[in-house]
Order: sequence, then C-alpha cells, then structure tokens
Amino acid sequence: MFRFLVRRLAAIVPTLFFVSILIFGLQQLLPGDPAIAMAGEERDPNVVAYLRGKFHLDEPLPVRYGYWLKGVLHGDLGDSVRIQRPVSELIVEKLPVTIELALLAMTIAIVIGISAGIVSAVFKDTPVDYAANVFALWGLSTPNFWLGILLILLFAVKLGWLPASGYVSPFEDLRANLASMIMPAFVLGNAFAAVLMRHTRSAMLQVLSSDYVRTARAKGLDERVVVLRHALRNALTPVITLGALGLGELLSGAVLTEQVFSIPGFGKLIVDAVFNRDYLVVQGVVLFTATVYVTLNLVADIANVLVNPRMRG
Amino acid sequence: MTVTRAAARIAAVLAATFTAAAFSQTTLRIGLAEDPDVLDPTLARTFVGRIVFAALCDKLVDIDEKLNIVPQLATSWEWSKDQKSLTMKIRPGVTFHDGEKLDANAVKFNIERHKTMQGSNRRGELAPVASVDVVDPMTVRLNLAAPFAPLLAQLADRSGMMVSPKAAQAAGEKFGAHPVCSGPFKFVDRVAQGRISLERFPNYWNKAAIHFDKVTYEPIVDSTVRLANLKSGQLDFIERVAPSDMPALKNDSKIKVARIVEIGYQGITFNINKSDLAQKHPAGKDARVREAFEAALDRDAIVQVAMEGEAVPGNQWVAPSNGWYAKNLPIPKRDVAKARKLLAEAGVPNPSFTLMTPTTSDAQRLAQVVQAMVAEAGFDVKIQATEFSTSLDLADKGQFEAYVLAWSGRADPDGNIYSHLVTKQPLDYSGYANPEFDKLITESRATNDTTQRAKLFAEAAALEHRDRPIVYLYHRHWLWAYTSKLSGFHMVPDGMVRLQNMRLAR
Repeated sequence: MFRFLVRRLAAIVPTLFFVSILIFGLQQLLPGDPAIAMAGEERDPNVVAYLRGKFHLDEPLPVRYGYWLKGVLHGDLGDSVRIQRPVSELIVEKLPVTIELALLAMTIAIVIGISAGIVSAVFKDTPVDYAANVFALWGLSTPNFWLGILLILLFAVKLGWLPASGYVSPFEDLRANLASMIMPAFVLGNAFAAVLMRHTRSAMLQVLSSDYVRTARAKGLDERVVVLRHALRNALTPVITLGALGLGELLSGAVLTEQVFSIPGFGKLIVDAVFNRDYLVVQGVVLFTATVYVTLNLVADIANVLVNPRMRG
Repeated sequence: MTVTRAAARIAAVLAATFTAAAFSQTTLRIGLAEDPDVLDPTLARTFVGRIVFAALCDKLVDIDEKLNIVPQLATSWEWSKDQKSLTMKIRPGVTFHDGEKLDANAVKFNIERHKTMQGSNRRGELAPVASVDVVDPMTVRLNLAAPFAPLLAQLADRSGMMVSPKAAQAAGEKFGAHPVCSGPFKFVDRVAQGRISLERFPNYWNKAAIHFDKVTYEPIVDSTVRLANLKSGQLDFIERVAPSDMPALKNDSKIKVARIVEIGYQGITFNINKSDLAQKHPAGKDARVREAFEAALDRDAIVQVAMEGEAVPGNQWVAPSNGWYAKNLPIPKRDVAKARKLLAEAGVPNPSFTLMTPTTSDAQRLAQVVQAMVAEAGFDVKIQATEFSTSLDLADKGQFEAYVLAWSGRADPDGNIYSHLVTKQPLDYSGYANPEFDKLITESRATNDTTQRAKLFAEAAALEHRDRPIVYLYHRHWLWAYTSKLSGFHMVPDGMVRLQNMRLAR
C-alpha cells in the first residue's frame, strides 16, 4: 500500500507539469495581443509597452513560462490584470459560488430525474411513461441560455416571484440566496435530469424483470416495497456512478448559466478572462481545476485499492 | 389608565413611524452593460468605468448637454495670452472622502500622478502639460509646451478627476481596489465581476443635489436580462438598452426611456496604407472604389435596419447636430449609377474585399445590410466575423481590408480625429498619412478660437472625404430605461449617468 501511494503521488508531479505546459502553450495560440486587449480604448503606445514589460510579453515563450512556473511553485499565481487582484484570491472567492450552483443543480437533477425514471419504468408504455420521455427529450434538447431567458421572463418579469439575476451570499441572506439560485440551478440541472431519468428507467426495467423481483412479488410483498426497497437499490448503482461523473460536467456547464444569470462564479471568471486576454487568470484557474481533478482521481484510486486488494499490485 | 395606555401606544406608533422615515434608505440600483475595469482614474481604460466614476470622482470641469465646459471642482479658469498656460481657481471647501482637503497642491499631485504613474492611460491626454504651478492655495496653473485647445475637454474626463493624495500615496498601484475621491458617493465595496456599492458622501460640496443614500452598479452583459431586471424591479435604471427592445417599452407605463445622440460614431475603416495588404485589394488601392462604396450606401436604410432607427445617419466624425459638423459636406444621397460609373472608371466593375466585423449583433446586422446594398453597385463584400480582441490585434497589424469599428467619442472633436487619422497615431488603423491633413489638425490644437478651429476642421473633413480612410455611417442613440418613479435624469451626449438632481419617489 505504501509503495502504491508513493508511486501514485510521484506520478502527479509530471502530470501537473505537463498540464501546466499545455495550459501555457494553448493560451499562446489565442489570437490577439494581450497588451493591446488590456490597453483599452485609447491604446496609448506607452501603456502597451509598459504592459508588455510588466507581463514579460516581449520575452521568449520558455522564459515567460519560467517566470510563471517560478511564481506557481512559490504559491503565487500572479495578479489579474483586469481586476487587479491576486488570482488565488479570485479563485477562493468564486469557487464556492459555482460549487453551490452545481450542488443545487445536482439535487434538482436527482430529485426530478430519478423519480421520473422510476415512475416511467413502473408505468412502462402508459401515457405517464410517454410524458416522462417527452420531458426527457425536451430537457436534453433545450439550450441552457434560451431556457434561462424564458424562465427569467416568466418568473421574474411576469410573475415577479424571483429575482431576474444576480447573486446573494448565503451568509448574508439564505432566503435571498436560494431565490437567486433556484432558476440557474434548474436550468443547469434540467438537462442532466433528463440523462438521469433515461438511465434510471432502463436500469429499473432491467431489474424489475429479474428473478428476485418476481420472487419478491410472488411472496406477496407490497408493490411499493418491491419497487422502492428491492428494485431501486440495485438499479441505482450505475446511476450513482453517472451522477458522480456528471458533477464535473455541471461545473463546466455552469460557465454558460453563470453568464445568463450574471452570477459572479468560476465560469464567469474564466470566460471574461479569455475575452480580455487576462492570461494569468486563465492559467491559474485551469491549473487549479486540473489539480483538483488529479487529486480527486488519486482519492478515487486509493478508495478502489482499499476496497479491492487485488489492485494493489 | 386606559387613556394613558392609549396615548402611550399612539406615541409609540408615531415614534416608530418617524424613526422609519428617518432611517429608510433610498438606494438607486443601476444595471451596466459591461463590467468596469480598475476604479483608478489614472489607470482606467473602459467606457463603462467612466459611468461609475461619475458618482465617485468629481472632475475639475464637466460638460453640459450642449458639450459646453462647465465648472465642477474648478470654479473658473483663464487662458494666458499666448495660450500656453491655463490658470484655474479651485472650489473652496471641497474635501475628499477621507477628509483631506482639495487644494492647489492636491490638483498638482493629481496631474503629476496622471502624467508619471506607471501604466497611466492619461499620460497621452496630458502630454502637452509641461508643468503645474501652485499659484496660491486655491489657484493652480497648468503650463503647456505648446497651445493645446482640447485640454479643457480632457479635464472634463478622467484626466480631470482628482483623488485624495494621501490615499493614493498610501495605496500605490492598489488604489483602484479602494478609490478615494471627492464625488457625491464614496466607495463601499466591490465583488469582482459583480456589484459595486457606493454610499452617500455626507460632506459633498453639492450635497443638496444628491437624493440617494446608496448607489449600486450591477454589470449584466445580456441586454435582455438587464431589461428583465428593470421590469421585475431588481434594478431602477439601465444603460444601453438594445434598440430592438425600445418599441415594446413605449407602451410600458412603469418604465420611462431616454435617448440622446452620442458624441462617437460608427463607421467602416479601410486599410489604405496600414500594411502591404492595402495595395492588394481594390478598396485600399483606389479612392474611387471607396467613393463608389459610399455612393452605394443608403444611410437612412442602414439606420432603420441595423439600429431599428435608434441612430442618426452621419458622414463625419461628429453628428450633423453637433456644432463642429462641417455643413458644406452634407450626407450624400444614395446613387447606384454613380457608384457603377466610378467603378468602371477605376477599372474594377466588381471589386471584392473582406469586411472584418465584431461579433455583436448590431455590427453583424450592419455588415449584412451594407453587403446587400453595395452588391447592387457590383461590390462583392465578404463578411468575416471576428472576436473583438482578435479584431483589434488584426487591425493593429494591418491584417484586414475593411473593419466595422465604433468609437465612443470625446467631447472635443479632436478626440474623435487625432488618434484615428493623424499619421502613425495609435488608432490610425487605416494607415492614413496625409501631411496636409496632419497640419490642419495640429493647427486646430494650437488655437482656442472656436471659429478658427471650426474652419480648420471643415478643411480637414474635406480632405478626409476625398481620401475616405473611414466611411462614417451613423451616430447611435444612447438608450436608457428607468422606473417611472425616477425623475430628474439629465442626459448628456457622453453617455454618463450623472446622479445630481435625480430622485426616486417612494
């Protein structure tokens, strides 16, 4: 186990090193001169020259990469040019917002998706099943931004129940926070609910036709007990794996949703940074995300090994 | 006993009512079309940032709706006979948000900060200012290397914004994170890419004109969502309403709209000399092709289709309603026959070039209308939609043939001309280099005589019309929408939101 851990930890270093080169290199492929993008409307040549010097834009790529890597190794991701604050501070500020959005979206997706999946499996080939399938198809094929704007028009403008956009911290006002998050969370969770519904339905259909379910029914158990206690538990295993993978997708989906609802989260941070050629923000955010993924992967591997000793090798 | 109890109850209710009235805060919530950049007047570089500064930082002078220079922190000013120095009297009794006094020394500090701070975006604007003298505690003199007529207009913008010297020295380049100025509102906090909150500055010199306790600015990029926030009551005021939303707002009794013609312009810049590419496309090589291009345009129709009528057609760097418009060069009527004739003379009956266009829907529509119009005269225009930062870079390198580009405009016409058309200036994307033109514009900077300047501008405009590095198309309306409870909004063509005298009814 110890040897395994050392080996896995040692593999992280080259992985992240490779990722950092990739991020840095890909960013250079973006057309446009960051100094010109940053210099603003007047584009004073003095300012352009100053920015080039300040961010080492005149130096060869490997040298610039060296400057950045040196900072990163010292725990300094640099400062955002546009917002003029340390990138690490921005990450700490924005990440919880997006995590909250993704978790709420996941909750909504699970509640809607799994219950709809069960219902449509149990009432297979009835109007209820068809309705659930239509809902799933609609969820999958509705673009996020369009649904977002329609919901805003309905719930904020027509009915006046919810704020149209914006974000309130839960520590400031929990009710206002939930009111501002419910629409974006629904928009984000909606498509994923459809995926979950389809998977739950097929898994449930498979399990419901298995022998042990027939036995349970033959024993004279109540149908509710058969479905919820015996069938659902087995059907959910693949769905849970899918859900865990989906959380990553929701985080990236948040990019668009945050734009529509003007939520100052991680997605908005990176999109604005790309458009403004705020290189250090893009690099910092992507590197941070990559580190999180690599770490989570490691944790998953360790968990697997703990559960399954054959993998210790 | 009962009487006493009733009296006590009434007294309690009255007390509660009065306290509530005294403490109920008025907040004005403004929706912005973009996220402002750093809130330091010296380093700031975006249009939208100036809207926030209008509440935060007073300037030496301001402009009115007719673009006249009016007093703000300076109460009066005087040019020397040789027009090489400007003496300004500072308004007495003005304090910064940190309690520091505004005096001549503070003004000197600010002008020097604008001129010398690393990365300053004001350095170019104040380049003609050679030195600043403190004449007496409330009088300051700006000495110029050469006469420079646009100086006052510069001082009516960020170059004239005064920050607290003490706070600026303490914060260094981090000043923008917590700006300290002398405007009607002081900085409270800012969520990066989110809300900016300001609160009333109780010692503001003109506090009688201020009727809000707090102001918040919320950047909401999508115009539909911005408008939805206004309609649902989350915002009281929004700037830059989409032209397509204006007709529906006309019938909405809860919302008022306001519009005024901008000081900027929308035009098409041709690469005529910026790079080798200029000689490789017919519209860059031959001025007759550009003349034909203009002759094929129907500006009224462009305004109707691309802007839903929310702009005025124009053919110069200022709008026809502007005092500096050269009246001897009116907007030409569409003449397709003339266009064809010109193309035949130039020997290219079917000239083809690529029109680089930002990805905004306005710019896209504009490009499509123009494409269809000039096709009738024989042009084959290819539209190349390009992300904004990329397009600026391509324009700077001269890797384009024609470019749809707007300019937000400056109060003095010099701000719409010098950087854009004088040889090798930073925004001279067309590569226009005409010594005769340069001479006229340089002369226009050297005199404060309005009639003389207007004459020089008219001569320069005639040269620009001959060479056509830029074909001007129209001047957009600044479009604002706000709750009908709000009154006193004062429109100025620079697109700013001045909070003085605005009120919200309860």
